[in-house]
Amino acid sequence: MSEVKLMKGNEAFAEALIRAGTDAYFGYPITPQSEVVEYLMSQKPYETTGMVVLQCESEVAAINMCYGGAGAGFKVATSSSSPGISLKQEGISYLAGAELPALILNVARGGPGLGTIQPAQSDYFQATKGGGHGDYRLFVLAPSSVQEMADFVPLAFDVAFKYRNPAMILSDGIIGQMMEKVTLFEPIPRRSLEQIEKECPWATTGKKPNRERNIITSLDLDPISQEKHVMKLKEKYEKMQAELRYEEINTDDAEYLIVAYGSSARICHKVVSIARKQGLKVGLLRPITLFPFPYKRINELANKVKHILVTELSLGQMVEDVKLAVEGKVPVYFYGRTGGAIYTPVEILEYLKTKL
Amino acid sequence: MTEEIIIAGFGGQGVLMMGKIIAYAGIMQNYEVSWMPSYGPEMRGGTANVTVIVSDERISSPILNEYDTAIILNQPSLDKFEKTVKPGGILIYDPNGILRHPERKDISIYKIPATEEAAKLGLTKIFNMMVLGGFLKIKPILSVESVIKGIEKSLPKRHHKLIPQNKEAILKGMEIIKLV
Repeated sequence: MSEVKLMKGNEAFAEALIRAGTDAYFGYPITPQSEVVEYLMSQKPYETTGMVVLQCESEVAAINMCYGGAGAGFKVATSSSSPGISLKQEGISYLAGAELPALILNVARGGPGLGTIQPAQSDYFQATKGGGHGDYRLFVLAPSSVQEMADFVPLAFDVAFKYRNPAMILSDGIIGQMMEKVTLFEPIPRRSLEQIEKECPWATTGKKPNRERNIITSLDLDPISQEKHVMKLKEKYEKMQAELRYEEINTDDAEYLIVAYGSSARICHKVVSIARKQGLKVGLLRPITLFPFPYKRINELANKVKHILVTELSLGQMVEDVKLAVEGKVPVYFYGRTGGAIYTPVEILEYLKTKL
Repeated sequence: MTEEIIIAGFGGQGVLMMGKIIAYAGIMQNYEVSWMPSYGPEMRGGTANVTVIVSDERISSPILNEYDTAIILNQPSLDKFEKTVKPGGILIYDPNGILRHPERKDISIYKIPATEEAAKLGLTKIFNMMVLGGFLKIKPILSVESVIKGIEKSLPKRHHKLIPQNKEAILKGMEIIKLV
């Protein structure tokens, strides 16, 4: 029997970590995601599943503990909000370089700098274009409901382990703080050490006489060999395109298309329903994965619509990817609020109407 | 059915809790619900508000700019949210501490002297339940039974002995709410 609960997005994420058989969570509190560590501490999974929950001395310590745990084949996760995620970037780059699976949650807030604690979507570039140094990508999921804050946990782990690459859930203060009905999935038991050894033959589980040493590193001083490694990562990112996910609402007969993700997609869903009542044929495409990105689908839709409006709680970041996808076929407009300010459905609709 | 509600007042008045109970009661009746708080460096005495949506359909935006019902518990909230009630909608307010009363003619305005009544009964801590009762009287979208179940879900077990008192407050609220 699946359980229905009323939960905050942050709590649903934390509960999903326990249920997904996570071996360890390393975190450090920051608004608006502090409920993650708070909830885990209240549930005490270390007394039930044996999952480690550790409030570290800093965000940097937390991401490097993830590196250590992931190197040994464990299912590890960390979470933070924008400024804390910036601190983690070096570690994330190392995880990607060393091909280690890990789950990172960003409950984004307004910035730059320490910014504000109110919601924002201004970490899109950081999440999808690298963030840390070097040629790498993360698998990035953008939940737009509390349900998805739970459901994306096992999905992100599956993809992370399948490709041996870190995965990020890019959420924000709206989805993290709001409460909704959530149906929780059945708990998956943590893997045994034997299972980990079998499923992660690359992990540092202790050297056996019949195999070479497993070395986890992102360092390779020989440029030719480092290039070979980066080309291997590139192939992996190409294969990862198979994990593309997006949702379409009323796009069949749409004359105007809105592209928005996460909390903005929720607000724009309302824009679509108000616009339809007024006889405006507006549709919505919501990228669920931000990497990989639905370039091809947006390009196809650009053949049928009069123009495209991108809305983000930022100065405009995803809009660049939408423009790449559209290839100049139709105008691409942008409407954004930033710094923690949030637009309302009517505000977006009014803007859309100025472009008819 | 979709009911879009804003509840606003001072921090410490139980605004967020009232919203949470409505959301839980909605779940008990198999509705979709969303609860979006104003969060931030708020404290007792500061302003707090929560948007609650109860619907039989998938809920789109948890952020709204107009509401079917506004439940208002202080002057700053009245000043801010009176204009956000949809024409034909409902505004419920507690007149305690209100100097400028609501003026709109295109909405139904209800007054509930919950602060005063709760003080009389010595139930100041659950004055928010009185307000909730008033709301349920005007908008019976949820049954009192579901609301009681919602309170059970929202309150830690050690406070469950207070549930009969909460029920009493809800019923009292239903009695004292008056159309202005």
